[in-house]
Amino acid sequence: MISSEKKEFPEKRMSPEEGGLSRAGEGATAGTEKNIAGKMEDDIVVRTESLTKIYGDLTAVDHLDLQIRKGEVFGLLGPNGAGKTTTTLMLLGLTEPDAGKATIHGLDCTRNALQVKKAVGYLPDNVGFYGTMTGRENLRFMGRINGLEGKALEERIDRLLERVGMAQAADKKTGTYSRGMRQRLGIADVLMKDPDIIIMDEPTLGIDPEGVRELMWLIRDLAERDGRTILLSSHQLYQVQRVCDRMGIFVKGKMVACGTLEELGQQIGRDGTGALELSVYPDNISLQRILKEMKGVLDIEKNSDMYVIHSSFDVRRALSKKLTEEGYTIMHLRQAGSDLDEIYRKYFEKAGEQVG
Amino acid sequence: MQTLKAPADSRAKELAGEGGSRREDARGEGTGSRGQSEENRRYHVLKVLFRKETAEFINSRRMILFVVLTALITVSGFYAAVSGLAEAIEGGNTATDFLFLKLFTVSANSIPSYNSLMALMGPFIGIFMGFDAINSERTEGTLNRLVSQPLYRDQIIVSKFLAGLFISAVMVFASGLLIGSVGVIATGLIPSGEEIGRLFIYLCFCVVYIGFWLAAAILFSTVCRHAATSALACIAVWLFCAIFVSLLAGIVADALYPINGGDMQAMMNEMGNYSCELNLNRTSPYYLFAEAATTVLNPGVRTINAVTVTQLSGAISSNLTLGQSMLLVWPHLTGLAALMLAVFAISYVSFMRQEIRSR
Repeated sequence: MISSEKKEFPEKRMSPEEGGLSRAGEGATAGTEKNIAGKMEDDIVVRTESLTKIYGDLTAVDHLDLQIRKGEVFGLLGPNGAGKTTTTLMLLGLTEPDAGKATIHGLDCTRNALQVKKAVGYLPDNVGFYGTMTGRENLRFMGRINGLEGKALEERIDRLLERVGMAQAADKKTGTYSRGMRQRLGIADVLMKDPDIIIMDEPTLGIDPEGVRELMWLIRDLAERDGRTILLSSHQLYQVQRVCDRMGIFVKGKMVACGTLEELGQQIGRDGTGALELSVYPDNISLQRILKEMKGVLDIEKNSDMYVIHSSFDVRRALSKKLTEEGYTIMHLRQAGSDLDEIYRKYFEKAGEQVG
Repeated sequence: MQTLKAPADSRAKELAGEGGSRREDARGEGTGSRGQSEENRRYHVLKVLFRKETAEFINSRRMILFVVLTALITVSGFYAAVSGLAEAIEGGNTATDFLFLKLFTVSANSIPSYNSLMALMGPFIGIFMGFDAINSERTEGTLNRLVSQPLYRDQIIVSKFLAGLFISAVMVFASGLLIGSVGVIATGLIPSGEEIGRLFIYLCFCVVYIGFWLAAAILFSTVCRHAATSALACIAVWLFCAIFVSLLAGIVADALYPINGGDMQAMMNEMGNYSCELNLNRTSPYYLFAEAATTVLNPGVRTINAVTVTQLSGAISSNLTLGQSMLLVWPHLTGLAALMLAVFAISYVSFMRQEIRSR
């Protein structure tokens, strides 16, 4: 076991370079970028270029450019019908894009679907199993499809069942499983083929909070300990916020923002749509004058008993100092747009304005 | 450039405890020595799927119903034959050669023969196995899990068809040979080589016939979202083929070649009317099978089309040889097989073009 593990690593490190050599067409462009971006370019395992899918009048996915690096947990966020599932289906080669292309490990997802499916595990939304077979039998079947046999197969089944905490229920018919159990068996099922990349569609849907916590821990573990790349789609923000390295916000087929949580917050702040929320006592005319005269303040809105202050830079420190000097008591002061919910809402508002 | 969580990658390489046998079969094989191994993998996947389909069917509750249905056909067919055979011979209604084959064609007073039972109930066996082939996987949420595995999508539908065909072949041969062997014991008739050959061909016919209905059921299961809808659609088609086609054929033939005028023209039309009705009837697999089965099982059937008296003059009244009987029904066999394949091809194409989303 140990020797075989040791052998893996050089091979694993080689694989992106081999992939790079094999796609001759991209070689030229990749070469010039390599000087600047260096290793970063090699690390991108999932890439889409103006990926588009149209259903009749509806553009489900609209010129999507997405890059996911090796070993990161990427969250696709968006409301229902934003095109998240369609994107994942195109990445798996189950749906043909109308324009653009998606590549995984440099392989075209539509043309080399089989090769791609060997490297990618997919956990569908509301995963199902063959109800007349036990959990173990279901896993065995998937393992056999992926070319495992005999002892290696049984060992992996046992190990994975242990890992997802399903060892006790493994020999029960899957028809009797609860939602959470199915989800956990689903993860074991995905891991049967030992994928580099795991795509999860709404993994937290319909699971109790404790189950979600365990699931999130497992996802993090899969990324950090095994070095797998994970793409998960969700509309449950807080859960995703905790586990994702980067997030992309999807609205009506467009990715309106992408980056880490902080980056998303900054993007909002820079746009001037998110700002400082302020509430002080006493609230009088001279207060508004003071606020307007502050350096860097662009605009002030009165929002019931709250002021929303738009500024060109962070004025919190100066503002609190000034207000204290003038004898005001600060009741509430908060940088708007710093948590995901806020970010999410802002982006939806923005996208809504553009479209509608 | 955005920041990447650096520790994730490096730690993975140290700690990848899970990846004991990583990628031994995944990408290494795929890129290097394709060709042979890829071909092997294809058959391997098909075999695994076939095994799963067969096992799933045998373990399902439907299998009990399936066995009961087949047993019912066998037992009542056999009962009809044994009780009807003696009467038929004593009454002089039937020729005494090829008596063994009469086990499959003789009916008692009210019980139909094995052959007509098979023509009527055989479709049920096929429909039974196929009506929820694809859509149950879809509603269970297993189909999208399956298509995201490294397999060709057609392997799914092909394996379902082959597994269904395999099970029905086993059942048909089991029931046919059971009647034959119990018939030998019960009646003391010893089958000749030709009779065994005819029986074998007849059972193959049955399998192809059931295969047609299996293909039709799979087609509906691909097209319809719910298993109930596809089952109803299958039964509708079966009823249409078994009952309405013959009614319609009569109506159309009468309209094209009226024969009830009583004049000269009506007499002239007689032949056309009959041929037209026959040909229309033959579009139904039910009729096609019944006609072919009768010809194969009864060497006394010398012709299946309308024949004029002049054509018959000089013909020797004797049984046909196996080869000659086969010559008569060869179009039926190829037609039935072609129908089966055509229907399966339609379901294949519609399945391949379908977008598979979660339930």
